[in-house]
Amino acid sequence: MQNEIHQAPSAEAMADLQTREQDSICVNESTLDHPWWYNFKYAAWGILFGIVFVKAEIVSWFRIQEMFRFESFHMYGVIGTAVMVGLISVLIIRRMKARTIYGEEIHIPAKTFNKGQVFGGLIFGLGWAITGACPGPLFAQIGAGYSVIIVTFLSALLGTYVYGAFREKLPH
Amino acid sequence: MLETLKQPWPWYVAGALIGLTVPYLLLVGNKTFGISSSLRHLCAACIPGDIKFFKYDWRKEAWNLFFVGGIAAGAFLAATFLSDPNPIALAEPTQAYLATKGISDTSHLSPAEIFSWEQLFTVRGLVFFVIGGFLVGFGTRYAGGCTSGHAIMGLSSLQWPSLVATVMFMVGGIAMTWLILPYLLTL
Repeated sequence: MQNEIHQAPSAEAMADLQTREQDSICVNESTLDHPWWYNFKYAAWGILFGIVFVKAEIVSWFRIQEMFRFESFHMYGVIGTAVMVGLISVLIIRRMKARTIYGEEIHIPAKTFNKGQVFGGLIFGLGWAITGACPGPLFAQIGAGYSVIIVTFLSALLGTYVYGAFREKLPH
Repeated sequence: MLETLKQPWPWYVAGALIGLTVPYLLLVGNKTFGISSSLRHLCAACIPGDIKFFKYDWRKEAWNLFFVGGIAAGAFLAATFLSDPNPIALAEPTQAYLATKGISDTSHLSPAEIFSWEQLFTVRGLVFFVIGGFLVGFGTRYAGGCTSGHAIMGLSSLQWPSLVATVMFMVGGIAMTWLILPYLLTL
């Protein structure tokens, strides 16, 4: 079954996908079965990403302070440009009905609204201003040698875990 | 060339490269951009326990872990080979404000007065590392994404729930910065 597109996923695989799709935007169910080292495509882009994060000072607590204090355009420029470039890219991909390099149809899962985006968004915003980091910059700060951020990272893992444990009891 | 690369990169270069992540991930593997999910996959891989939310085949999302591993490696490379010896060019009003709170060391990306091992077992450390990190991990998962998944990927694909999430990120951040952080910084 390696390296070829095969039949529709089983009921079990669909249930697994549904679990992964909960509260996530970045999942996909490719029917391609690739060897693990194909994942280095993502690591390679991650490396470029990490360099950008550090060199444009997006991982800086100071830059996040400036942003929330409305005293610098830098972060708004970064996020605004990223959204514009992403938006145009998605438009072109959709208009051209572009396929992946392996010939698969491109699929962007729809995000459904729930109260989590309000409450969770607010909670994340509070944490973002304290730590000066969203999840991506946490990895970058550790990589850049700020070893104490490992504590913040472990705490973020714990936060994710606690959310998973109490998910059913929270308003959605 | 190398000297130019060592300077802080302008926002439009960084923004464009970050934005290009969206088509890159879609075109090479039908993946939608998002980073906070890596935290969930790590929970699923290491400590799934008996929690339904973590009981799935995390190996199918292994690409995400390669991506964040790459981010850490790239940051290491930038800090090792492209580091800029000058202090961060912080906006004057921010610098003046932080100085009133005793934060004036702008020689690193983050203030050494807060983000150092010496602060870990203090009230300040508890707030800035432990509580802050917890809010980031809990909040992003509850919201179903972070700045990358919602603000960039979600807005790029015109999903209005992502706009709601992005607005709430900003509301939370602004509330913390203006209402609560002034007290936390004096801890």
